[in-house]
Amino acid sequence: MPFPAKDFVGLLQEAGFDFFTGVPDSTLAGVIAALIERRAYVPAVREDEAVGMAAGAYMGGRVPVVLMQNSGLGTSLNALISLNLIYLQPCLLLISWRGHDGKDAPEHLIMGQVLAQQLDLVRIPHRTLKAETVREDLGWAAQAFMARRIPVALLVTKGVLS
Amino acid sequence: MRPEEGVLTSRGRAIGAVLDLLTDELVVVCNGFASREAFAQRDRPENFYMIGSMGLAPAIGLGLALAQPKRKVVVLDGDGNVLMALGTLATVGALKPKNLVHIVFDNETYGSTGNQPTISRTVRLEQVAKAAGYKNAERVRELDDAVYEAKTMLKDDGPSFLLVKVSELADDVGRVEIEPAAMTERFRKAAVGVGGASAGPLPR
Repeated sequence: MPFPAKDFVGLLQEAGFDFFTGVPDSTLAGVIAALIERRAYVPAVREDEAVGMAAGAYMGGRVPVVLMQNSGLGTSLNALISLNLIYLQPCLLLISWRGHDGKDAPEHLIMGQVLAQQLDLVRIPHRTLKAETVREDLGWAAQAFMARRIPVALLVTKGVLS
Repeated sequence: MRPEEGVLTSRGRAIGAVLDLLTDELVVVCNGFASREAFAQRDRPENFYMIGSMGLAPAIGLGLALAQPKRKVVVLDGDGNVLMALGTLATVGALKPKNLVHIVFDNETYGSTGNQPTISRTVRLEQVAKAAGYKNAERVRELDDAVYEAKTMLKDDGPSFLLVKVSELADDVGRVEIEPAAMTERFRKAAVGVGGASAGPLPR
């Protein structure tokens, strides 16, 4: 059973996340629709731009979330490395995991294979969101955000959020 | 060599003149010599200097402007930087933050890497900004005009875009002597004040 996207957004807001930006993916469509309904979503045109906006929002007192497809992680790597990780500017990265299990369109397969390694390589803590443990997963992300002040990723596979 | 080069002001002078106009505005400076020159000219807690993440100064400024709608946010940028993330002009133009002033010092070169030419000599960046939806967009070649336009834009509603043509000359300045993590803390404090906002999510 997928976890309702609306409730997921509710949990994020309850936890204190209050700035949402990103570039859409079908896997995250429900979350983005719920955010737009709450007038809480700031659309970006590229994922690294979203990461930059989140960094600015953080320094402006907000608690940011960046939503993206995993292809956008490739686009964002330099921003994450040369901005967030050295300036200690945290954000929650909500990354859809296209190409998970090798089942997707060809353009997603390599990134789908190396996503976790890619994050390990640049030392961004990550966890794969599960419908049954959404609260724990969010708690883990919030804890890591607070403790380390760096980007923390929750990976979202197809069918986990409605 | 550009024929008009001799009459153009240096970026360092132009940056200094803009910084002299400021009171409590929040400033994001792009990477490269612009940050070093701003740091050398007039360092203040309300200045954030980028050292990497080329192209992202207006994105950072936009996030700040949205988070702090009552504060004026000034982005000091360069032509190479703007060209690297041209899409952000569209994002600014679409979101239309009234409190954002985007000033681009255009020397038509990548100054930090050996003065290779950019394409801003032929691409009119202020026209791109205008077409993208910036409320005001101006292009100036004289320091006096830059000061006049900057003053007006600091006072009026934006988003505003000011392109200042500058020479290739870089001031003889060192690196920004603030450790990045310390700069984030300093700037965040200047932006929100102590205890002015929650520092992060609540672990549940």
